[in-house]
This record gives sequence, C-alpha cells and structure tokens, in this order.
Amino acid sequence: MTDNNPTAGADDALAAAIGPAPIRAVRVRRPGRWISAIILLLFVAMFAHMLVTNKNFGWDLVRQWLFWHTIIQAIWVTLELTVYAMVIGIVGGVLLAVMRLSSNPVSATAAWLYTWFFRGTPVLVQLLFWNNIAALVGQQVGFGVPFGPQFFHLDTNSTITAFTAAVLALGLNEAAYMSEIVRAGILSVDEGQSEAAASLGMRRSKIMRRIVLPQAMRVIIPPTGNEVISMLKTSSLASVIGVVELTDASESAIHLYFKAIPFYVVASLWYLFFTTVLSIGQYYIERHYARGSTRNLPPTPFQKLLRANLLFRTRRSRAAEIRETLR
Amino acid sequence: MTADLVPDAPSNAVAVEIDKVYKSFGRLPVLRGVSMTVREGEVACLIGPSGSGKSTLLRCVNHLEKVDAGRISVHDRLVGYHHKNDRLYEMHDRDVARQRRTIGMVFQRFNLFPHMTALENIIEAPIQVLGKSKGVAIAEAREHLEQVGLSDKAGNYPTQLSGGQQQRVAIARALAMQPALMLFDEPTSALDPELVGDVLAVMRQLAESGMTMIVVTHEMGFARDVGDTVAFMDGGIIVEHGDARQVIAEPQHARTQAFLAKVR
Ligand SMILES: Nc1ncnc2c1ncn2[C@@H]1O[C@H](COP(=O)(O)OP(=O)(O)O)[C@@H](O)[C@H]1O
Ligand SMILES: [Mg+2]
Repeated sequence: MTDNNPTAGADDALAAAIGPAPIRAVRVRRPGRWISAIILLLFVAMFAHMLVTNKNFGWDLVRQWLFWHTIIQAIWVTLELTVYAMVIGIVGGVLLAVMRLSSNPVSATAAWLYTWFFRGTPVLVQLLFWNNIAALVGQQVGFGVPFGPQFFHLDTNSTITAFTAAVLALGLNEAAYMSEIVRAGILSVDEGQSEAAASLGMRRSKIMRRIVLPQAMRVIIPPTGNEVISMLKTSSLASVIGVVELTDASESAIHLYFKAIPFYVVASLWYLFFTTVLSIGQYYIERHYARGSTRNLPPTPFQKLLRANLLFRTRRSRAAEIRETLR
Repeated sequence: MTADLVPDAPSNAVAVEIDKVYKSFGRLPVLRGVSMTVREGEVACLIGPSGSGKSTLLRCVNHLEKVDAGRISVHDRLVGYHHKNDRLYEMHDRDVARQRRTIGMVFQRFNLFPHMTALENIIEAPIQVLGKSKGVAIAEAREHLEQVGLSDKAGNYPTQLSGGQQQRVAIARALAMQPALMLFDEPTSALDPELVGDVLAVMRQLAESGMTMIVVTHEMGFARDVGDTVAFMDGGIIVEHGDARQVIAEPQHARTQAFLAKVR
C-alpha cells in the first residue's frame, strides 16, 4: 500500500518526530447548528440595532452618569451590603449545617428551626422587621442574665441603622439557604474519609475542618457563586428601608432628572459588570478546589489560548523543518 | 490459653483482648460472642465468607463501631470506656481519639484524602494530632514513603497513583502515627491482581519488623506464610482459631474446610 506512495517515508519520519498527523475526515454536517446560529445572530443584530437607534436609551446620558459620584458611592454601598451579608450567610450557613448534622439533638433541632423560620418568610418582610426592631424590643435593649440583672444597654434606634438592619436581614436569611448548600456538600463526602481521619486520631471538629469541608467545597462553590450573584441583586431590596444603594440611587436620580431609562441602563450595566467579575472569580475558586479530583487541572481560558497558539506554531514550523531535511 | 498458638512468641504480653463481643445492626446480629487474644508481635489473620462480621469486628477494635456487649481491650486499656469503681463510663470524644492514635487502620478502599498529595496525606495527622513540626513530619514521612517503596511519588495526588500505590501510601500514613497495632481490612481486595504483591510485600516486611497486626484477608498464601494465627469466622462467631499453617493445611471444622476449598 505504501509502495506506490512516494511520501510515505517522509510522513512516517514526520509522525515519529512530532506525533501522527491528525485524521482528515469530512465532518458530520450539522445544518441545524448553522440555522440556529443564523437566527441567533439575527436577534442579536436586531437588539443591537435597537440599542443604538432607540433614542430613549439616552446613551450620551448613560456615558455621562455611569461614573457619577452619587452612583459610585451607591455602588460601594451595594458591594458592602453584598459582602457583609454573604460573610454572615456563609459563616452562619457552615455553622448551621454542622449543627444540623451533629449528633447533638439540641443543636440539630435549633438549626432546623432556624432554617425553617428564615426560609419560610419573605426576605422583604424580614428586612422591614429588622428595620422596625425598635418597635418590637423597645428603644433600649439590655444585656445580662435572663430575667436577672443587666450589665449594659443598647439604644436600638442608633445601633440598628437602616444599613445594619439590611445587612442583618439579608445575612441571616442567607445563612438559612447557605446551610442547606453546605449540608449537601458535607453529605457528598464519602464516609470513609471521616473514618480514615478518625482512625488516625483526629477529632470531630478537626476532621470537619481539614478533611470534610475542603472536599465538600467542590459541591458547595457553584451554588454559592449563584448565591453571591443573587445577593448582589437582592441587596437592592434594601432600598425600601432607605439604604442608598445602586438601585435606590438610580431611582432618586430619575426623580431628579425626569429621565428613567438611562439610569436603569446605568444600574444594569454596573450589576452586569460585577456579576461578570464574580463569575470569573468563581471559575478560579472552583479550579482551586478541584485539586486532586482530576489527574490534570484543565487549563484556564488564558492558558488555552496561549497553548493553542504555541502548539499550532511549533507544529507548523517543525513540520516545515523536517520536510526540508527530507527533501 | 492461646499462648501455644504463637510458636515464635509464646509468652509475649497480650496486645488485644476481645472478650465475648456481641454486636447487631438493628435486628441483624453480626457478632455473636466473639473472643480472641492477640499477642505482641503476632500477625493474626481473620478469614471467612463475606458478611461473616470480619470488618465489623475489626472496626470494633478501634471503636469505629460500638459493641453491644462484651469487652475489647488494647494494651490493657478498655476500648471506648473507662472502668472506675466497678462501673463503665463512656469515653469522651477526645479520649477515644487519643486511643485511636496508637491503632493504625488500613481500609479496603484506601480512603486516602483526595485533596492532598501523598506526602500531605502522611504528614496530616502527625502535625494536626501529635503537634509535630512540619519539618520533622516531612522528614519522617519521606522515610515511610521509602519504606513502602514510593519515594518518587511524594507530590502525587491519589488520583495520580495506581491502586497498589494508593494502598501503600495509606499504610505509610498509618505508620506515620507510630502505632503499636495495625488493623488491615482486606487491604488487597480492591486491587488488580498484579498489584497485590507489592502491598503484601510491604505488609510482610512490617510483620517481620515485629508489628502486631490483625489482618482480614482472602490471601491464603499470605495468611499461611506471614500469619502466626488464623481465625475463621462464619455467621458472627469464630468457628476455628489456631496456628496459621495448621488451620489452613488441616482445618478441623467442616465449615472451614468448605470455605478453604472454595477460596483455593
Ligand atoms: N453499618 C451497618 N449497618 C447495617 N448493617 C451492616 C453495617 N455494617 C455491616 N452490616 C452488615 O453486617 C454484616 C457483616 O458485615 P461485615 O462485618 O462487613 O462482614 P465482612 O467484613 O465479614 O464481609 C453484613 O450482613 C452487613 O450487611
Ligand atoms: Mg469486610
């Protein structure tokens, strides 16, 4: 078969040097893909056209107000709300999950009750509730022995500002959801892991911290990324109790300038920007916790780009080189 | 009573005393009055059909399972309980953990920590439990890796190791705690046949160094050549217990004979 093929020897030498040439075969035709791609492109084009030509978007106003200092300040508030609430949510969620799974019936019940209550009522109601906490517990809250002497007092109205009320409401609510996510993660880890650690003399808390939770992370991270992104947007609810965050600031600007759409566009662009940043962050965190779960970590998109380019080039240039010497 | 069972160590002190142990899972009785003595330096092999309670017995020895009745002591210390003024007190978590430090265990499914490299698997407990410094732990871990023939695999994650290599890392991990007793639960049952030999070689070498071992195994060659005693379990009781070569060559009970005829 190779006898009447003068280039066979050259090909073999080439294959030995740089690996076999990839198979050249006619691809399976997938007309459906092409049609759907064209339809999608059409929609994108229509949308883009509308964005550009519809004067109501007021792009010059958007450009002007995108970095307006009131908006920037409000963004900080939104970010702070998100970060604080998520910290409370994650720490609380881990605690609740561990309590829920513990052999101690008191803590398991307490955790169950907490989750039942905070998942069972709307976060907006909880927000209003915390904002009116003074009405519930009085202007002064004392700390001390229950039904006994009290050591110090807090003034409810000055301690629980709208901002702290929002952080508390969003964070405590989030903890209930996070606890279910963390619990699922913990349960996903093979029991043999805890047994192996126990047989080495590790204690329960240490097994949880060093062995189980790091492995549970692979299951915990993706939905947690979801929760962070969701929180970024849910934090806009804080506007109802007068926290000046991104949505509230845009709303105020609208009343000031009698222009609605450009400010909604500004707010949306910022939300989109931060969710994009968060998604990228999530990708790298997931990669970190994938350690040891696959033989080789997948390359980052950046590495992929670099490698494809390099491979392509070296393969081409080495092939040319070898062909030259064989000639 | 069992002194004559260990010909090369007749008068050694008792390492593990299992005394009339009963255990049920729900309605299912799994151990029905098991008694057994293992002496210092002895390699005691547990054989028997699947479901006969071998793993359960082994797991009771380091209190991964609680016995329903009977006593187990390791080095004259009751497992899982304090004995004070003629009463038993359940041990606190912390004391159970302390007791387990000196009892190494190797599992059928290796149970290496997948998020840690081979070296990290080995140094984890010495650092976290014994409070060793990282430098000391690493130096010792390298010795243990060498002992199991895996010096070059320190940086590999478990998924990057073959089953036999994983099991040898698991042995090294247990040895890093400098245990006085090693429990093996079918350490080669999950391995491809050609990988069994490497693990058995490590275990044989460990036995020769004088380690007290209880080994649940289906490797009759190992039981005969390395084991001092063999106990045959069936239906939650020890049917036959004696000198390894004797039990395997000339089993006395019909059930033992039937089982050995099947595994040979
Ligand atoms: N955690 C458990 N819960 C319920 N049943 C169990 C549990 N562990 C073991 N068993 C049962 O106990 C019996 C003995 O199991 P095991 O000790 O693993 O046997 P062996 O190791 O000899 O194969 C089996 O019937 C098994 O199904
Ligand atoms: Mg078993």
